[in-house]
Amino acid sequence: MDLSLLAWGAQGWGDEMVRGALVTIAVAALAYLLGIVIGSGLAACKLSGAAPLRWFASVYTTLIRGIPELLVIYLVFFGGGVALRSIASGLFGYDGYIDLPVFVTGVICLGVSAGAYSAEVIRGAVQTVPVGQIEAAMAIGMTRRQRFWRVLVPQVARYALPGLGNVWQFVLKDTSLISVIGLVEIMRQAAIGTGATKEPFTFYVTAAVLYLGLTALSDRGFARAEGWANRGVGRAS
Amino acid sequence: MDKGAALLVEDLHKSFGGLEVLKGISVEADDGDVISVIGASGSGKSTFLRCINFLEMPTKGRVVVAGDEVQVEERGGRSRVKDRRQLQRIRRQLGMVFQSFNLWSHMTVMQNVMEGPVTVLGLGKDEARARAAALLEKVGLHQKHDAYPSELSGGQQQRVAIARALAMEPRVLLFDEPTSALDPELVGEVLKVMRDLAAEGRTMIVVTHEMGFAREVSSRVLFLHEGRIEEDGPPDSVFERPASERCRRFLASVLH
Ligand SMILES: Nc1ncnc2c1ncn2[C@@H]1O[C@H](COP(=O)(O)OP(=O)(O)O)[C@@H](O)[C@H]1O
Ligand SMILES: [Mg+2]
Repeated sequence: MDLSLLAWGAQGWGDEMVRGALVTIAVAALAYLLGIVIGSGLAACKLSGAAPLRWFASVYTTLIRGIPELLVIYLVFFGGGVALRSIASGLFGYDGYIDLPVFVTGVICLGVSAGAYSAEVIRGAVQTVPVGQIEAAMAIGMTRRQRFWRVLVPQVARYALPGLGNVWQFVLKDTSLISVIGLVEIMRQAAIGTGATKEPFTFYVTAAVLYLGLTALSDRGFARAEGWANRGVGRAS
Repeated sequence: MDKGAALLVEDLHKSFGGLEVLKGISVEADDGDVISVIGASGSGKSTFLRCINFLEMPTKGRVVVAGDEVQVEERGGRSRVKDRRQLQRIRRQLGMVFQSFNLWSHMTVMQNVMEGPVTVLGLGKDEARARAAALLEKVGLHQKHDAYPSELSGGQQQRVAIARALAMEPRVLLFDEPTSALDPELVGEVLKVMRDLAAEGRTMIVVTHEMGFAREVSSRVLFLHEGRIEEDGPPDSVFERPASERCRRFLASVLH
């Protein structure tokens, strides 16, 4: 291992690797948020009285769970490119080559899968909220919105946090797959460094250390969040 | 206080699928009335209370709280509440105390009691806190403000639930077997709070198996059997000389 390769600035790769890590964090965070929004929507569908909504949610989850992540990425990236080009030429008469930006593609792909996984977690959490507590909120005259934000969400958060923590860890690691379409995050940056210096071991160990650091930080973050969400009740599960 | 009865229930019916659980119940409660509802398990007592504040949608009948009648409309053969805001306004007038307490487990005792005044009534935090503190004092829990429900005994939780209902300053209090989920040694502390409320002149509808309470505290006792009121009168007459044979047998079975 040659640590001098990791120096900061023009000669070394340290700053590039850190920038890669920031890209990883940005993609993961946005995809995760998107995933929670999609997951909440799907959970609402799954719990809904309307059969078509339940059917839609179950098809969505089955599809996403059944297709390898990498294939989802290719489908969204190339499919998105085709869609974008046909819109561009159809509506604006523009015939040049355009692609979906890789960053956006990454966020969409990971968000779409994170949505499928968090849907199940959120649905389960909603079902563990005691009906009586919702009834108490109704009986006191709360509106639907107040019941949702004041009673349902805090308790769902408590039951869902452990599961959502797992979803975050997998989103974080799966950002590495986005490197195949050229997004310069940790993995891609390590590959670039390796290409220039022929020192793969140094770069991939650095990448591993960065991932481990991020994972460790997230673990602590989720542990704190769980401690807060479980105030007064002891750990859910 | 408004015109008319605190609570008027007229010809209330409720069916679950094909099962008719309430078969026409009418009750009128004036301010200060304490009405105990007794009857065997499954006779429809809980359903009756839950229909009053529309936790269950009555199949038929009227509910009028302090002159305000819950408006119901027919749509595609199903009845539904016409105006949710009106129902929410009426529900503020009906404090409900559940058998299983149903405190919000993510909130402290203080937060549980403040929640309604702040979120529903729009009171300022300080005012709500003062109101909650006074009520917690009244139910004997002034030293437990920061405890969570899971840290309290059943009796303490039920007293918090009573304070939570009182914090809305409701016109009528509905109790659904408030002591049935409690260990026997904790029943007394909850009944004491309820006796105090009755003595203050609160209007209360109390579903209970505590015959002592029903007899000593109520102004009226209703005996429910298979969704109908079989016996209705002042406690002395219901307990001493019930007209209904079923009521007589029920009382014999619970009083030994
Ligand atoms: N949500 C419901 N769905 C179907 N049946 C119900 C429901 N709630 C109550 N019942 C039935 O209604 C009857 C009366 O129940 P309930 O009002 O709880 O009686 P009580 O409180 O007097 O014990 C029972 O036969 C019960 O099984
Ligand atoms: Mg009952």
